[in-house]
Parts: sequence; structure tokens; C-alpha cells
Amino acid sequence: MHFALSEEQTLLRDAAVQALARRHTLRSVRDALDGTAPPSLWATATEAGWPGILSGEDAGGAGLGALEAMLVLEACGRVLADARLLGHLPAASLLERGGGDATVRTGLASGRLRAALADAMACGRRPATVIARSGGDGSLHLTGAAGQVLDAPGADVLVVCCETPGGASVAAWLRGDAAGVSVEPCPAYDASRSLGRVRLDGAAATPLDATAGDALAARHLQRALLGAESLGAAESSLHRARDHARERVAFGRPIGSYQAIKHKLVEILRRVENARSLTYYAGWAWQRRAAEFALAANAVAVSATDALDFAARETIFVLGGLGATWEHDASLYYRRAELSRRLGGGADAAADAVAEELLAAAP
Amino acid sequence: MDFEDTAGQARFRSELRRWLDLHAAAAPERRVLAPSDPDAVARHRAWQARLAEAGYAGVTWPVEHGGAGRGAAERLIVDQELEARGVAGVFDFIGVDMVGPTLMAHGTAAQLARHLRPLLRADEMWCQLFSEPGAGSDLASVRTQARLQPDGDWLVDGQKVWTTNAHHASFGIMLARSDPSVSRHRGLTMFVVPMDAAGVEVRPLRQISGEAEFNEVFLTGVRLGADSPVGTPGEGWGVALTMLGFERLIVGSGLHAARLDQLVASIAADGASRDDPVIRGRLGRVATELLALRHFNYRLLTEIEGGRVPGPEAGLAKITTVLASFAAVQLAVDAGGPEALLGDEWGHQVSALPGLRSAGGTEEILRNVIGERVLGLPPEPRLPHPVAEEMRGALRAL
Repeated sequence: MHFALSEEQTLLRDAAVQALARRHTLRSVRDALDGTAPPSLWATATEAGWPGILSGEDAGGAGLGALEAMLVLEACGRVLADARLLGHLPAASLLERGGGDATVRTGLASGRLRAALADAMACGRRPATVIARSGGDGSLHLTGAAGQVLDAPGADVLVVCCETPGGASVAAWLRGDAAGVSVEPCPAYDASRSLGRVRLDGAAATPLDATAGDALAARHLQRALLGAESLGAAESSLHRARDHARERVAFGRPIGSYQAIKHKLVEILRRVENARSLTYYAGWAWQRRAAEFALAANAVAVSATDALDFAARETIFVLGGLGATWEHDASLYYRRAELSRRLGGGADAAADAVAEELLAAAP
Repeated sequence: MDFEDTAGQARFRSELRRWLDLHAAAAPERRVLAPSDPDAVARHRAWQARLAEAGYAGVTWPVEHGGAGRGAAERLIVDQELEARGVAGVFDFIGVDMVGPTLMAHGTAAQLARHLRPLLRADEMWCQLFSEPGAGSDLASVRTQARLQPDGDWLVDGQKVWTTNAHHASFGIMLARSDPSVSRHRGLTMFVVPMDAAGVEVRPLRQISGEAEFNEVFLTGVRLGADSPVGTPGEGWGVALTMLGFERLIVGSGLHAARLDQLVASIAADGASRDDPVIRGRLGRVATELLALRHFNYRLLTEIEGGRVPGPEAGLAKITTVLASFAAVQLAVDAGGPEALLGDEWGHQVSALPGLRSAGGTEEILRNVIGERVLGLPPEPRLPHPVAEEMRGALRAL
């Protein structure tokens, strides 16, 4: 048994942290709230090879696993960098599983093309919002809409998970600028995110050879990546609160000496380390036990987005009035936390998926 | 990231499976809670002896002390395989996981030769005589006195409390004040106490469940031999810290955590709960915590396998054990309704968990230690007394 990062994985994470350190991401996040378009980090991602991290070597990708992808997202989360990987990686992964066009796959792996995943399948009690009808010539015609799609604005390729009129799951891909497709950017509480509303009006799409399980795996991968990103942001929040608690003096002592503050910070640490343990579990399951990936990935999403929610809020409390100001970075992490835990169905949908996986396997 | 066995571990696992095919029928059922009736206790002790003979108790103990001389990975394999069969493991975990390793670290050759083998077989059980009515979290303020006699013996007077298994134990390992004239951490000595010595009286303490797992122990004019100290007289605090380190690892190891498979099975069996979105949401969050605990412990085991001793962050597992188990048991009982409080499966845990929160260090003390040692936060404000400085040093050494 070896349940720790390998040397290569540690190097990968450290390299990602270094690559992002030069990008002044926090300043861009704040500027974005004031209406400045954030500079794209796609070039940074491409230079580092992140778009192809999961892609097969035949497509020019790195052929690595979900754990490596989560480590990159964790590094992004620390500095609130949104490199548009949350949409791209699950979409590229599904396109590869479904035997998508080789040229497109190569483009996605190199970063020449950017993809987004429009997950319009049923989720909990909500029905599917996009319906695919056979176009007769082997293509599918997609009609419907998907809201709050991560990284959809400007995406070159859209991978759509939807249903046939009979309720069967299907996945298909099409160009972002294809006829019958419109992508409208949505304002986001965390302005560093790029969200879009995808409308499809009989748009012709190429079906993928993907099972319902493959499509769900893309959804679960996106949740795991969102969880890993939240883990990075939560740990960064903890460090900010800890540093303040060591320095700030009240009643003649650093406030971190008081149990009210100390115990709160240890609670953030506990939640962060729990979430980290689950990212290792999900990484292992992706490589070695595909049947457990859905359970592990949704557990990461629950644990990490809850951890970030707690960390970002409690950090503001530790900082006092300062934490509630526009100028302080704590507010940016808070915005990230509030939006993240509601994306992709949200933390509650992920918790329901954890329950479903366990109950379905119960004797 | 893998859980693969090495070739040697795979062989160990398959040998264990074959052994269990032959012997599991004789094993007591695996339960979260310790048995209380004498017949069940006798069955558990006999089972521990069989495990020890086969090398499946004291897995990580050195061979010269009767152990199997294996690593933490083999230890985990034994736990996994016993759990998979639903059969009990070692009964005297205080002896095997805490007292044994502490004796190995600090005891004399004669103590090791006398005690370790009967301990491992549960022929002689052990208890931990640490807490007192006036000393729990602040353990260094123990008042039980051990006075050195002119003939080299020690005379002990005092009272211990919350002593798990004292009523089954042949021996106790006791922290006592041997020199009241020096500062409080320096005047302590650790002793081996025969529980049948004249002047030792064990009074059971009934717990919330109504059962008596722990006890008060009164020591009145108890005479201990010159060979009874563990480690050098006056250096008992260091021995106590060694043992507390082992204790925290055990309480957080998942051994005492509510079982996820049982929770899932009890909700899956009830169609109304199974489809209730509120119950499902709670199950998802509780399961997430229990899965996180399991995998956090795999990280710690990997550390141990690599020859490192986990630091105070290991205490996080103990906190999660208690919090996640509470949430799991509350959910099971909420889904089951009022009669579930009376049930064998969950009702017992409702009663047992409040006590577990204080076992092996209260949550508050653990949070202090982790905050100071892992996050580097400044220490608690303390009274400006010379003793405070020492306590701070000891906390850092923990």
C-alpha cells in the first residue's frame, strides 16, 4: 500500500503553483468584479500542458490520471486562477472515451482547441433539458438549453450530454460556432468564472460512442475537479487566517492564542485534510477501480466545497471588519466559495449521489 | 496511489484467509462495543490467544517478544480480513497497542520477559491507571503518591478513575507522584501494579449504557517492589507521553468509528428512508466524513510504513472519528425512530459515544495541541507560574 503522492505528482503540483505565482491572479479576480475582462490563463495552461493532461498519448496528451488533474486544479484554487479547465478536461475526457474525431482530440490535447461540457442530463428530480433527435444521416439534432455551463463562452467545442425523446442518455459534440448554437455569457457572483447559457435549436451534432455511465463519469470528474480546486482555495484561506491570528494582538496577546480562534482554525485544517484524503481516494479509483469513482468523486465535491464554504466564511470572522471589505482578498475567496458549492448541481446533488452510489451497492 | 499488496503481503493475506477458513467459526462476532458478560469476555480472550499463536495479534511486535515482526501494512491486512469476515480482533487493545509498545520503549529486560507474552495472549489483561478525580486533561497534576521505602519498595496511596477494563486486568500501568518536592513534571514515575496486590480495590462505574466498562481504582497502602518502575524514577512523564501518543493513534484508527456498511444497510432496508431526500442528503454527508476518515488513516499508515512517526496531526482522525460517528448514529436513529434507541445496533452507540469524545484526550485539548504544533499558533494564555512554562514545553514535546 502506498497512499501518498509520488515524487512526480509532488513535482507536478509544485510546478503548477510556480507557473501560476507569476500571474497576479488575485488582482485580476478583483478587477473582473469591477468589469475588466480577466486576462486568459489558457496560454499558461497550454504552455504547461494542462489541457492534455488526461488525453491519451496517441492524441499528443500526457496520458495522466484524475489525481494529476486534481493536483493542477488544487494549485489553481490556491490563487483563484480559473484556467478554464473545469469545462475542458471532463469534455475532452468524454470525447476521448466516445471515440471522437482524431483531429479534434489532438487539438483539445494541445490546447489549440478549448472544450466545455454541457451537462443537460436529468439530475435528481430535474429532467433533462436538451433532447437529441436522429438526423437520419447519422448525426443528431439537439434542441433545448443548458444554463450555467462552465467555460462555455468562447469554447471551440461543446460536448453535450442529453437524452433521446425516449429518455436514453446520449452524448454528442459540435463546434461552438455551429449553426443552431448560441452561447450567451451569464454574469457570475465570482467574476473570474466564465459561465454561459447554451441554447441549441436543432443544431447538428456528432454522436459519441459513449454509454450513460461514460456521460455520468464526465459529470463526476467535473465535480472532483471542482472539489480539488475548492481544496486549494480552502487551504489558502486557512493560511491567510492563521497568519493574521499569529500577528494580530488583542488584550495583550496574539488572538491565535485564544481557544475560540485556535479551535476554529483547527476545524478548517481538519476539513481541508479530510478533503485532501478524498482526492487521493478519487485519484486511486479513477486509475484502479472505475466502479468506485462516482462515489469518491462526489465525496470529494461534498467534502471540499463544504470545507471551502466553512474556511472562507470563518476566515472573514477571524479577520474582523477587515475581512468584510472589498479590498481584502478574503472576500474573493468567499465569492469563489459561494458560487462553487452551487455549480454542477451543487454540493447537495453531490451528497445525494454519494448516497445513491452506496444504496445501490447495498445488499 | 495504490492499495496493492506486495508479493509478500499477498502471500500473508492468502495464508490469513486460509487460516480464517479453518478458525473463523470459533471467533466471536465483531462489534463496535466491547462485550460485558463474563462468558463473552472469556470467548474474546481465548480468541485473542489463538490470534497471537498464529501471529495475527501483535502483528507489528518484534518476534523476540512473541509478535509477528511485520509492518503496518500487514497489521492493516489483518484488520481488513477480520472485518470482512465479521469476526472480532484483539480484545485487550490497551495491552497490545498501548502498554506493550510502551514497555518495549521504556521497560527493563525483566519486565519485558515477564509481561509481554501473557499480555499478547490476553492470559493477563492490562489497564491504564492515569486519570484521577483531579487530573484528566491536565494529567501532570496527578496526586497518587508513591513513597520510596528504606528497603527499596514503594508505598502507594491514591485514587484513579475512568479505568477501562480494570475489572478484567491482572496488571495496571500507573502514573504516580514519586517526588512532591520537585516541579510537577519531574516528580512522576510510571509503575507496574499487580491488580491483585493488597490495598487495590476496583469499583465498577456504570456508564450511560448501564454497563460498567470502566472503573474507579482505590490504592491504599499498596506495596510495590523495587522492580516495579517503568523507566527511571522521576521520568514518568516521558513514559506517559509515549503511551498517550499510542492511545491517540488507536482511538482515531477507525476501530471505534461507526460502521458505514451498517449505516447504509439499515437505511437501504427501509424503503421510506431510502427515498427520503433529507435522509439521503444526510447519508451522503455522513458517508463522506467516514470515507474521509478511512482514507486519512491510510495516509497515516503510509507514513508509519515509511518509518515515520505521525505527528500531532494524527489527532485530527480522533476528532473526526467522534464527530462522524455521532452524525452516523444520529442519522440511523432518526431514520429508525424512537425504538431504534433501544436497539442493540444503534442504541448502544448512542450511549457510548459521549464518553468516547473524552477518551484519549478531550477534543478541546487535541485542538489546542494541533493548533500550536501543526498550525504554529501561539500557546494558550497561562498563569505566570513557573509550572506553566514547563507545561508549555511538555505540550510542545507531545
